Amino acid sequence: MSDIQNISRRSFIKNIGLTSGALIIGSHLSLFANETESVLAGAFQPNLFVELKPDGSLTLIASRSEMGNGVRTSLTSVIADEMEADWNRVSVEQAIGHKKYGDQNTDGSRSVRYLYETMRKMGATTRMILISAAAQKWKVLESECHAENHFIVHKNGKKIGFGDLVEIAKTIEAPKDIILKDPKDFKYIGKNLKSIDVEKYVTGSAIFGLDFRLPNMKFAAIARCPVTFGTVKSFDKTEAMKIPGVEAVFEIERIETPFGALGGVAVVASNTWAAFKGKEALIIEWDNGKNGSYDSVKYMEMLTENVHKPGVVSKTRGNIEAAFSASAKVIESTYQLPHLSHAPMEVPNTVAWVKENSCEVWCPTQNPQAAHEEVKNYLGFDDEKVIINVTLLGGGFGRKSKPDYVVEAAIISKAIKAPVQVVWTREDETQHGYYHTVSAQYMKASLDEKGNVTGWLHRFAFPPIKSTFDPTADYPNGWEITSASEVPFDIKNFQIEVGQAPAMVRIGWLRSVINIPHGFSINVFTDELAHAANQDPLAFNLKLLGEDSTPEDNKSNKFSATRLKNVLKKAAGNAGWGKPLPEGHAQGLAVHYSFMSYVASVVEVSMVEGIVKIHKINTVIDCGIVVNKNTVIAQMEGAAIFGMSLAFYGKITAKDGAIEQSNFGDYRMVRMNEAPKIEVEIVESTAPPTGVGEPGVPVIAPAIVNAIFKLTGKRYRNLPLSDYELV
Amino acid sequence: MITLVVNKKKHNLDASPDMPLLWALRDTLGLTGTKYGCGVGACGACKILVNDEVTYSCLTPVSAAVGKEITTVEGATPNLQLLQIAWIEFNVPQCGFCQPGQLIAATSLLNSNSNPTDEEIDDAMSGNICRCGTYQRIKKAIHHTVELKKQQK
Ligand code: FES
Ligand code: FES
Repeated sequence: MSDIQNISRRSFIKNIGLTSGALIIGSHLSLFANETESVLAGAFQPNLFVELKPDGSLTLIASRSEMGNGVRTSLTSVIADEMEADWNRVSVEQAIGHKKYGDQNTDGSRSVRYLYETMRKMGATTRMILISAAAQKWKVLESECHAENHFIVHKNGKKIGFGDLVEIAKTIEAPKDIILKDPKDFKYIGKNLKSIDVEKYVTGSAIFGLDFRLPNMKFAAIARCPVTFGTVKSFDKTEAMKIPGVEAVFEIERIETPFGALGGVAVVASNTWAAFKGKEALIIEWDNGKNGSYDSVKYMEMLTENVHKPGVVSKTRGNIEAAFSASAKVIESTYQLPHLSHAPMEVPNTVAWVKENSCEVWCPTQNPQAAHEEVKNYLGFDDEKVIINVTLLGGGFGRKSKPDYVVEAAIISKAIKAPVQVVWTREDETQHGYYHTVSAQYMKASLDEKGNVTGWLHRFAFPPIKSTFDPTADYPNGWEITSASEVPFDIKNFQIEVGQAPAMVRIGWLRSVINIPHGFSINVFTDELAHAANQDPLAFNLKLLGEDSTPEDNKSNKFSATRLKNVLKKAAGNAGWGKPLPEGHAQGLAVHYSFMSYVASVVEVSMVEGIVKIHKINTVIDCGIVVNKNTVIAQMEGAAIFGMSLAFYGKITAKDGAIEQSNFGDYRMVRMNEAPKIEVEIVESTAPPTGVGEPGVPVIAPAIVNAIFKLTGKRYRNLPLSDYELV
Repeated sequence: MITLVVNKKKHNLDASPDMPLLWALRDTLGLTGTKYGCGVGACGACKILVNDEVTYSCLTPVSAAVGKEITTVEGATPNLQLLQIAWIEFNVPQCGFCQPGQLIAATSLLNSNSNPTDEEIDDAMSGNICRCGTYQRIKKAIHHTVELKKQQK
């Protein structure tokens, strides 16, 4: 089945004599060749998300941020489908940050799962109003009319375009009972849609935050204290001011809110390069403050000690001690995982223009309402006086849901009374982030003679995300615990304990969040148990996952062991688990439930001269109803690479409070030469849609480690693998 | 005043000769298709062609490009256009931010090698990071471009 693509009349590619599928790009162009470009007045706006113009052009609003998650295409295609709109007549406009759109925070893999029903209703309402309008115009019964590809059609064959109904539609009230389409009639939902922005991406015309320009805009860089929350003691700007293009250097304050600016010394210049150079030329004496003692090696020792002694029990059933002493075999392991940094390809940046009583901002943010709140509070302006425009995001992964960089731009623009773009260097991005937590995990389990798990103790310590909001918080909490304690294993004696871990840097959520360490330790440990029990890890896992769920549960939002076992079986089947592999190859598997989705991966590895090579990753996801298959597959492919990067190289460390890594040279990413073949299967489902952006990540690292064990008999319990010189 | 020829157009600009081309393109000429990712030659987001040589614009001073032909992702060269079509066909971009650099690296590859193997693609493309992980699609799209070229003849 070929993809559905929105072919805009400004399509960039002329028909250049191709004979294949690419022709589609040229051949559809003429359809709208005569259309006028002018925006016609008097559009029909049945709701916040839909704007239909008399010429039939349809603007749909994307309220969530686009960062590669495909949300500008998926959410709007749901409206278009319910409306029976022609996708080629659709253009997408990005919403500003405003409460009227409801929650706009684009993280937690929630956009489609929270908005699917709402978007369907937005589209369905519009369709019903247009039908009423046509019925009124023709003086026929509504029941004799239906919508079809941007027209309302009467049963006798008469039809009228959506645009021609705009005037009447404006006078018609929204229906009370909304009738949704029968899913079997979906034209876009569940199909393959190309990104609405794909042409812009490949021609370089997509406007990311970093590309936004205003007339007379200045550029700014900021020197921040190497130690988190350290402050400026004194600074000397003499050399910085000598750099051609540097116009001003001044100290900026720290805003002590969770997403406030870190403070530091700002360099304002006529171009980014001068700002960067000026920043390098600054001589600053810092007061490092209390985090100046942060040493990540010592910190890991402390965490490890904390998980090797009894912790605070946060869940228990049965009696683990009795189980351990009565068992045939007891296995213990400790896992250590470091901080990670988000490293979106586009560094944090923002354009702000603060005027006397108002402020307008253009930023790549996952969380425009948080940006609005922070900027508004800083400036002391009324709600409506601060406008947050959302650009495209060059990746987010959770970093861009924390708008500290947006506040910085507001501070500087206010000071210089001009529009300014704050640009972080890659080094800034690596060294002043909201880091994925650092963790130690201790696991202990007992097996009976048959290899059944009779007792399970999981004890972990890591600085919690809550510490960013409440500096006294130093124990895991909320779903940082439940994502380990609700693991669906059929084990009688079970206990979760947590240990203390004060934060020494800002802790934030990064794609998949705590599912990375929990998914790792649980999946590696179950693999260790399977081998200790002399059982095949696939069979062992399936047994551990226990009883099947009811068919009713399988169609609902409830956790279903059947669906989890199903993705594991499918991934194993697709990968040829248990079948002969090429000489020197081995496979490992992992399965994990997160963001309400079910994911399993099988990874195939070999080793050449002590270096791990990943040949293939098979992933299967069950995320309920799928809106855009292309996006789900792409997200699983991306998650596999993201998971590989953290397994191979991901490690942020601190010495004397300062982050030791600085750029892609020492905070490495997986590259093309390391990228394996990735095969993805999506399970067909009628259950409500669940998360997509994140759940593909947690299974990758443990599956790699399990495969390496199978191949070499060596168990690597800490990440990244570069510490063992395996990559 | 420095004169640069970018995508066959002449531009006079007031920039210091040691300013990297990246910033001259982006901040002075307003050609923002070329991206900043690392500033140290480690990510490839800033790749451009200078006289058909693939070049890290973050490391190359403006003075080194005087009198030469600069091509960016905004320039319509035959191989680049075909690659763009293939990129769309295979839905390569996720966030899209690295893709201008990827496309330039691929253009350079195809300019010198009309039918690259997987290994040759790995060699040519491993200077470019894609944090979103689109590598498999990039590889497929490059192979597909070779097919498109055959059809074009
Ligand atoms: S910006 Fe030039 S290689 Fe990264
Ligand atoms: S598409 Fe996002 S970095 Fe490559």
